Amino acid sequence: MAYNLKEAAKKPDRLTGGHRMCAGCGAPVVVRNVLKALKPEDHAVIGSATGCLEVSTFIYPYTAWKDSFIHNAFENAAATVSGAEAAYKALKRKGKLDGDTKFITFGGDGGTYDIGLQSLSGAMERGHDMVYVCYDNGAYMNTGIQRSSATPKYADTTTSPAGKVIPGKMQSRKDLTEVMANHHLPYVAQTALIGNMKDLYEKSEKAIYTPGPAFLNVLAPCPRGWRYNTPDLMEVSKMAVETCFWPLYEVVDGKYNITYKPKNKLPVREFLKMQGRFKHLFKAGNEHMLEEIQQEVDRRWEALLKLAGEA
Amino acid sequence: MAIRERLSGNEATAIAMRQINPDVVAAFPITPSTEVPQYFSTFVANGAVDTEFVAVESEHSAMSACIGAQAAGGRAMTATSANGLALMWELLYIAASSRLPIVMAAINRALSGPINIHNDHSDTMGARDSGWIQLYSETNQEAYDNMLMAHRIAENPDVMLPLMVCQDGFITSHAIENIELLEDDKVKAFVGDYKPEHYLLNKENPIAVGPLDLQFHYFEHKKQQAEAMKNAKKVILEVSEEFYKLTGRKYGLFEEYKTDDADVVIVLLNSTAGTAKYVADQYRAQGKKVGVIKPRVYRPFPVDEIAEALSKFKAVAVLDKADSFNAAGGPLFTDVTSALYAKGVFDPKVINYIYGLGGRDVKADDIEVVYNKLLEIAETGKVDSVYNYLGVRE
Amino acid sequence: MSKKELKTIKPDVNWKEITPGGVIDSSGNAHLFKTGDWRSMKPIWNTEKCKQCLLCHPVCPDSSILVEDGKMTGIDYDHCKGCGVCAKVCPFKAIDFVEEV
Repeated sequence: MAYNLKEAAKKPDRLTGGHRMCAGCGAPVVVRNVLKALKPEDHAVIGSATGCLEVSTFIYPYTAWKDSFIHNAFENAAATVSGAEAAYKALKRKGKLDGDTKFITFGGDGGTYDIGLQSLSGAMERGHDMVYVCYDNGAYMNTGIQRSSATPKYADTTTSPAGKVIPGKMQSRKDLTEVMANHHLPYVAQTALIGNMKDLYEKSEKAIYTPGPAFLNVLAPCPRGWRYNTPDLMEVSKMAVETCFWPLYEVVDGKYNITYKPKNKLPVREFLKMQGRFKHLFKAGNEHMLEEIQQEVDRRWEALLKLAGEA
Repeated sequence: MAIRERLSGNEATAIAMRQINPDVVAAFPITPSTEVPQYFSTFVANGAVDTEFVAVESEHSAMSACIGAQAAGGRAMTATSANGLALMWELLYIAASSRLPIVMAAINRALSGPINIHNDHSDTMGARDSGWIQLYSETNQEAYDNMLMAHRIAENPDVMLPLMVCQDGFITSHAIENIELLEDDKVKAFVGDYKPEHYLLNKENPIAVGPLDLQFHYFEHKKQQAEAMKNAKKVILEVSEEFYKLTGRKYGLFEEYKTDDADVVIVLLNSTAGTAKYVADQYRAQGKKVGVIKPRVYRPFPVDEIAEALSKFKAVAVLDKADSFNAAGGPLFTDVTSALYAKGVFDPKVINYIYGLGGRDVKADDIEVVYNKLLEIAETGKVDSVYNYLGVRE
Repeated sequence: MSKKELKTIKPDVNWKEITPGGVIDSSGNAHLFKTGDWRSMKPIWNTEKCKQCLLCHPVCPDSSILVEDGKMTGIDYDHCKGCGVCAKVCPFKAIDFVEEV
């Protein structure tokens, strides 16, 4: 169903206020909008890996989740929800349950790209009818902004600090969306917090209501870790997209579809200069680093265009 | 009318699981437990069960999926050994603290390293603090029977704790022995249905499982868990009594073999108890007053009953098929001596033998060494060494 | 979804009454926990400038832009943490962002 902001606003919020996420955090915005794609009459079982989202929304005796929710450990959110989904199938088969329950798992880039990668890969490969949403804020934020394999190159984090000899994280970031696309799942998409949330909502809806496993990778800015001006959540997301640092696309049964092509592709420095974690790149003598980042962004964007048949 | 069969411990376990017909089985292969999910997969493929079989990609995911399935409202089971159990370690604690009555077949195998696929108890001993109920089985019959009683114990509202049924890898898991099975309908009636009060798939009353539990509440949750483990002892006895009425096979907290007028006893778990009983018979024929005590329930540890039972002997040897590397004695020895001291039972002299690590064969002569030493201690009253290794080449 | 009344457990609950396993069966009861006192800045809704575009509604991390029947009705100051994202996003500058007194 085509997205209409007013209609979506009428749907009940499945994540309440009263959680302890930081002011201006991107993660709860991702969650609210992904869950908006559920039909109001559908029951959901939501799982989450340990991380900012889980520890802040579920502190005994409070839960900010209106649906059933399970947290287990850090690296196994996908396996845990796959078990719940298996129980659902078995109980339905035995006639003990009726109606439709949807299974949605949230994990940060830490619990998804790194420690949770095996669990995610296994659950997706087994074909469970579930959605895995990664809220990618580019570092292990909950434990204090340590680098992950999703951290962009040269970013300053607490385990890859920009020092006198080593200027931040020296590795390029892993492209998990592509890894998941190569699991040949029915639906894989990369999206962000953009505009009126149409892209995120429609992709969430497709992910939830396509039978079988689906994976969504959503860029979730972190004002603390990225060190941008807190109210600029939507502006920094927009820059990520307009510079093609974070392309918006989907892979439906193996077919690539770029859902947004910037008319005017901006240089990646427009995204980087907003954030304190890249401040050192703008010092004299570090121009080659900006160049390198730009080249890599361009290379990946070109490769994506080719996959989508638009090169 | 019971069904007479000849089965390995693994096959008997798989058949018990088939009869229980759980909602989810999530398992990953590891020798020597592999056959359990293999046999079970055949049942699934042939439509003999309604179970959803999840062929997970690691044991960590196996326990994760079991937790998800059990929390969702289904019955979840798994099987593993050694390093598979070790890989699940953090989740064992989570399953117990979340009060999810998951049932696992633990086919005992030595923990690496070095890597060894044969039997000892280091794997399940390593999990003794995890909050799981642990039942140990000497034979395939005991493993089968313990599996049938497992859910009635674990799912009792006063307990609600996960439970592992342990048996020796290769020795009972693979060796074929006679066994008496119960009919499908009798098992179904005995095990009953799982009816949790709170479950994720409850649309009318959604729940949240696995919170961040800070300093203010964690302690109370743990106290509740401790109380549940205390309650388990009574429930185990009640369920075993019901099982006895159904099958004629009697199970308690531990088996006492020829202990009535014994001077000395050996305390040990699982299959080696069979060898010990054989030697005890021979010694009894020679007029020597020896006996065997074989604990079945290791967690919760039956402090009162063990102390009471051991109080009348002159000397006791606790045999451990696992070492704690505490430079003092094995895990069973530690639990036994702690129980005696706590109950003010100071009379028997207690010594420890670590034996059979990594599947080292334990023969009748090894047991004879132990009985001879015990009889010597009973006579002289002198203990020269408490913490010993039995059967290692000096 | 549950429509039951929200309830929470009193902070000094003893071990006998605490919920086993830490399960919470009052979904969404975090709503009872007030985070409004986190604010050092405060958004003020200017109803005259507001064109009811609702762009502020999906961007609030704390679900604090109140909407009824497709129309914004106010800001939930019990939960608003004063991040300023709504004020920044509004195309009509209909949300002022001022210091909390």
